[in-house]
Amino acid sequence: MSKVYKIKKGLDIKLAGEAERTLTEFSATHVALKPTDFIGVFPKLLVQEGDVVKAGDPVFCDKAHPEVLFTSPVHGKVAEIVRGPKRILLEIKIELLTPETYTDFGKANPSNLTREEIISKMLQSGVWPMIRQRPYSVIANPADKPKAIFISGFDTAPLAPDYDFIVHGQGDVFQTGIDALKKLTNDKIYLNLPDGMVNSKVLTNTRGVEINHFSGPHPAGNVGTQIALLCPINKGDVIWYLRPQEVIIIGKLFAEGRYNARRIIAVCGSEVRKPKYYKVPGGVGIKKLLAGNVNESDVRFISGNVLTGTRLEPDGYLGFYDSQITVIPEGDYHEFLGWSMPRLHKHSFSRSYFSWLTPDKHYVADTNLNGGVRALVMTGQFEQVFPFDIYPTQLLKSIIYNDIDEMEKLGIYEVDEEDFALCEYIDTSKTEIQSIVRQGLNSLRAEMS
Amino acid sequence: MKALRKLLDNIKPHVQPGGKFEKFHSTFDAFETFLFVPNTVTHKGSHIRDSIDLKRTMSVVVIALIPALLFGMYNVGYWHFASLGQEVSFMQTFTFGLLKVLPLVIVSYVSGLGVEFIFAQVRGHEVNEGFLVTGMLIPLVMPVDVPLWMVAVATIFAVTIGKEAFGGTGMNVFNPALLARAFVFFAYPAKITGDYIWTAGLSGGTGIIDGFSGATPLGLASAGQMDKIPAINELLLGFIPGSIGETSKIAILIGAAILLLTGVGSWRIMLSGLLGGLSMTLIFNAAGANAYMELSPMTQILMGSFLFGIVFMATDPVTAAQTSRGKWIYGFLVGMFAIMIRVFNPAYPEGTMLAILLMNAFAPLIDHYVIEANISKRLKRALKASNS
Repeated sequence: MSKVYKIKKGLDIKLAGEAERTLTEFSATHVALKPTDFIGVFPKLLVQEGDVVKAGDPVFCDKAHPEVLFTSPVHGKVAEIVRGPKRILLEIKIELLTPETYTDFGKANPSNLTREEIISKMLQSGVWPMIRQRPYSVIANPADKPKAIFISGFDTAPLAPDYDFIVHGQGDVFQTGIDALKKLTNDKIYLNLPDGMVNSKVLTNTRGVEINHFSGPHPAGNVGTQIALLCPINKGDVIWYLRPQEVIIIGKLFAEGRYNARRIIAVCGSEVRKPKYYKVPGGVGIKKLLAGNVNESDVRFISGNVLTGTRLEPDGYLGFYDSQITVIPEGDYHEFLGWSMPRLHKHSFSRSYFSWLTPDKHYVADTNLNGGVRALVMTGQFEQVFPFDIYPTQLLKSIIYNDIDEMEKLGIYEVDEEDFALCEYIDTSKTEIQSIVRQGLNSLRAEMS
Repeated sequence: MKALRKLLDNIKPHVQPGGKFEKFHSTFDAFETFLFVPNTVTHKGSHIRDSIDLKRTMSVVVIALIPALLFGMYNVGYWHFASLGQEVSFMQTFTFGLLKVLPLVIVSYVSGLGVEFIFAQVRGHEVNEGFLVTGMLIPLVMPVDVPLWMVAVATIFAVTIGKEAFGGTGMNVFNPALLARAFVFFAYPAKITGDYIWTAGLSGGTGIIDGFSGATPLGLASAGQMDKIPAINELLLGFIPGSIGETSKIAILIGAAILLLTGVGSWRIMLSGLLGGLSMTLIFNAAGANAYMELSPMTQILMGSFLFGIVFMATDPVTAAQTSRGKWIYGFLVGMFAIMIRVFNPAYPEGTMLAILLMNAFAPLIDHYVIEANISKRLKRALKASNS
């Protein structure tokens, strides 16, 4: 069944500061749950400051779906509840207590459980939010029956962690996780791997999935790209997706009977002195994690990759879905006649710079916008990094003038902001494309509900 | 550079909204961002952004136009002295042309940018770089003896009615530089046609040697004097009368190479335009109803502003078709119509300008059908899935 899909349109942005393949166990003191990580969730707080929670105890739930619980990744004390403007719940900070204690959800072999029992266990323990759905890229609705479940087994984003390295030695729990997911859909689970993955047999030996191989530049590893080729979304379809680490956490829930939210993350970027992998609890605080390992200049901390990640304060916390912390320099400087210079140290998709002559060079990219915001003038550029059978400019414009019909016709169900990240990166006019796509998805979701 | 930066930082508070000179906000901003890439950092979405911006994109096009401009200057001097029957040095020839052409360039930039600055200020936008290219194209598509005031009026018309009225750069339907050219042509037909306007000083009519005509190859062709059309190599080199930038095909091809290599100009439009022109010529050759139709494809392609139009004007991303498939259709039709109008239209020897403006008008329609095809494909897929 296995087939290699070649992605031709796209762009690999090679940045300096790739994580070295060594793993360090990190003993965290603080973690946080951030309701803002979950699109479309209106949180209802279930704890107060000072409460002690075990790993797996509920912290908040979704007002619209009270059965979807968000639970503590660690055993600890609720140290602070941070609210933003209009009392928006931003962070629930939890200070770790020893010894590690977990709420017991009971070991079970998923093959012996019914669909309902599996879903209920996942909801209770707080692993359910790890399953997201297309369209809209929101947490899956437990009442839905998805057309398929997608797992992208690799990440092609800049400085992305190597999943082959991350899942090493966890074959059994991964398989348990897959067995549980298998019960959730009548259709297939697609596991998508890079062409020529050889090191670890963890992913390649998985049973009960359809394995397909992908080659080519970013966004070959994006689940959106893979869905578009294997099982394109039509209006009304729902596809669930998750990442291998999340499958492992789900697997551990059944194998160990507890919510073990430890994950392996890559700490990377040009401003990290020793970029490498760490084993951390979910939502780990980055202040202690990065202490002494970051250059002392004006830097930006990002949870996730440079294209789609979330900006963090220096004392911020890892995002729920992220397996990567990136640190890059801020770009708050004026460059004399910069637009007319050769700029050999800068990367560009445009051949009016010279980075296309040095495809193997790794660049230090900063956060400068590199120009002013303009009207969309250039055409045909997005199409070169957008491997969908969709007209990106026209779809964006339909979102800007908020024509729901037009958005549907032009294929908005097949995409989310992540799929447009490269378009935003290469855009000459410096338009905030990912925000526009999210805005479109939100108004569509509001219209449909 | 630090002193310059300091100077700008000192002026800046005064031109901000609320400052004493807030009316010059857009103007200041234009100069500031020209001198220094702003220190703006990303707030939403992708944390890093490509080094490309519109200034760089547009300056690539301006650079691509420079060979045509320089050759145009030399050619102006060359024909001026040829009409007088004088032998002068290379430098004299070039200097004469420089002094003739530079005022056109300056007038075009000053009048056009003036309008742009005013509109940017009124709208509260940043000044858009699109006019950097338009301002260079306008003098290059003019005959050298066009009065300066006419260039100014045409430029202001093109920028105001052709661009700003539609919402500014990125929203216009017609190529502004061609609109300026069309304005001159339709508003002052007497001053912009005929054989004498292509050579500097010829309209004055003094000291011209006997037998000098100054007719362009297209003028000769439409007059039926096929035997007088210069040979292929002369058309290629460009020592022929014509609009300032259009004559040297070598210079235009250098520009095309720059545009294609940097990816700034659409290769689809250039290639399909060329193919369109060639096919039309071959059709005419097959029909062979008159001498004009029998001209060889090579001559047709190299005459007039066909190449200049295909390389620099038809490829304007805003007014061309925007989809890849649309670009093929658009370019091909531009090429076909340019040759067709040239051969059939007795009133005006050149068809490229009208062909591109016509296709500018049809580009959104072409895109519409290309996108409709994509939409119906998606609908069919959904229907098939729901049936199975």
